[in-house]
Amino acid sequence: MKIIKQTYQMNSQSLLFILVFAYFLAIVIAPLFTPHDPLQINMNERLLKPSEEHLFGTDHLGRDLFSRILTGGQVTVGTGLLVLIIVLLVGVPLGMVSGFIGGRFDRYFMRIIDSFMAFPDFIIAIVLSGILGPSMLNLIFAIVVAKWGSYARLVRSTVLSEKEKDYVLMAVVNGLSAFQIIRKHLLPHVMGNVLVLATLDFGKIILMIASLSYIGLGAQPPTPEWGAMLNESTPYVQSSPHLMIIPGIAIMCTVLISNLVGDVLRDRFDVKG
Amino acid sequence: MIQITKRFIEFMLFLFLLSFISFILIKLVPGDPIRRMLQVDEVSVTKEQIEALRDELKLHEPLYIQYWYWLKRFFAFDLGHSYITKQPVLSELLSRFPATMMLTCASLIVMILISIPLGTLSALYKNKWVDHISRLFALVGSSIPSFWLGLLFIELFAVRLGILPSMGKGTVKHIILPSLTLGIAMSAVYVRLLRSSLLESLNEDYVKAARARGISERRIVLFHVFRRSLIPVVTNFGMSIGSLISGTVVIEVLFSYPGIGKMVVDAMIRRDYPVIQGYVLFITIFIVLINIIVDIGYRYLNPEIRLKGVERR
Repeated sequence: MKIIKQTYQMNSQSLLFILVFAYFLAIVIAPLFTPHDPLQINMNERLLKPSEEHLFGTDHLGRDLFSRILTGGQVTVGTGLLVLIIVLLVGVPLGMVSGFIGGRFDRYFMRIIDSFMAFPDFIIAIVLSGILGPSMLNLIFAIVVAKWGSYARLVRSTVLSEKEKDYVLMAVVNGLSAFQIIRKHLLPHVMGNVLVLATLDFGKIILMIASLSYIGLGAQPPTPEWGAMLNESTPYVQSSPHLMIIPGIAIMCTVLISNLVGDVLRDRFDVKG
Repeated sequence: MIQITKRFIEFMLFLFLLSFISFILIKLVPGDPIRRMLQVDEVSVTKEQIEALRDELKLHEPLYIQYWYWLKRFFAFDLGHSYITKQPVLSELLSRFPATMMLTCASLIVMILISIPLGTLSALYKNKWVDHISRLFALVGSSIPSFWLGLLFIELFAVRLGILPSMGKGTVKHIILPSLTLGIAMSAVYVRLLRSSLLESLNEDYVKAARARGISERRIVLFHVFRRSLIPVVTNFGMSIGSLISGTVVIEVLFSYPGIGKMVVDAMIRRDYPVIQGYVLFITIFIVLINIIVDIGYRYLNPEIRLKGVERR
């Protein structure tokens, strides 16, 4: 009975991961199959209701909303992934080194991160992208600056508790270099926690990109970004509510999926917070 | 008391650092600030005008002297003038701050009204339907973009039903939709947090002891467990006032609500740097002050810490 239950749990989890994988694959390759050009303006077909020709209708410039949603997925989700990768590439090594070296360097480094983390990441992102000016590149930079600290902190605390253990001491005695120890022994310990944090964060990053684009600090028109599309739809809420509803659902589904996966991973790796 | 003095000294040091960072930030901005200042109205600028203003702002001096002048003005509460409206930045910020504060407080009330009952109920009726609903609420609430929720509210209450205004400020009615939007988005986290914190406390020895002494379950929850469970909630709360303030930025833009968030986004889009700089200083000081207050509240709630003092992390 127990075995059946376990296999069932395993299967439902793998099913979840397969579904997620399929979703993101679809987002990546979807722009290849857009029925219309997402940037093609056609003033004769403004604000059409959903129909067979235009599955989600058209926007205020007569552009096909379905095609824009598909392309926008690549922009929004792709940017989110890019941000996440850069954050990992910055945060993980810095936390690793800080935890491994320890001592005074570590203390000062943590001081810097603590003062960063005293502020909500969204404020940091808004202010930075606001000062640098509205563009997608500045937005990526701003979110990376807002996010890297929590990864460095997480990695550092794991390394700190791990490096006192005997097996690391053995490795030192055996003459492994610091780099080898970090790569072979410490990195595998860190990756589980980082993976959970990253999955839970992915949704937040997507929300941030969409929000910043919505207030006009991220993607600029005519880029089909989901948040920016919501911004463009605002004047037409009354006449064409579908322009506002569909991009919102797209954002919500993506974030929801990443939160669900994050929860599952958190339970599996037993990470707190 | 010593702790508080220490915090105060840290705060002053922090102010110096902050003033330096925000001074440098504006210096890093691409383009000539003088040109930006004069070229607001698309009128062509003469060379003499540029030179005159450059002299006036002492931009010929080396950087550290510029910083010294800037610092002097900073501690005299002079944050400069807006490029666009030509008004002093500080007075504009102060005149708009009450609106933002009002929105924040109203959202806070919505948040408390949702998360405390829902969190408590889902802890008391663990794995019953209330708990499932609160789980669903938390999941959807943390996945929904707050501005989209606001748009849906506008569509429903302002456009379809026509009972609430969708933008502006003035009456109580104007604040309902923005605060509802923000409050719902924020409460998702707290429902779960309060639930797990309550469940943890309900398992502790002192609760069993209280039960053994025959104290009613309601009394235990209300007087013993609740206070203890609020500790993690209050700690997170300090963080979330910051998130609330940052959340107001998007919501204020959405509802055209005239607070400091809307003001700074307008300034960002029109590249009005003194206003952005003023906002950064203002909001940073505000958040740091809030953190200190939360720290003190935390001591009050947890006698263990009040007596022993907080160990430093």
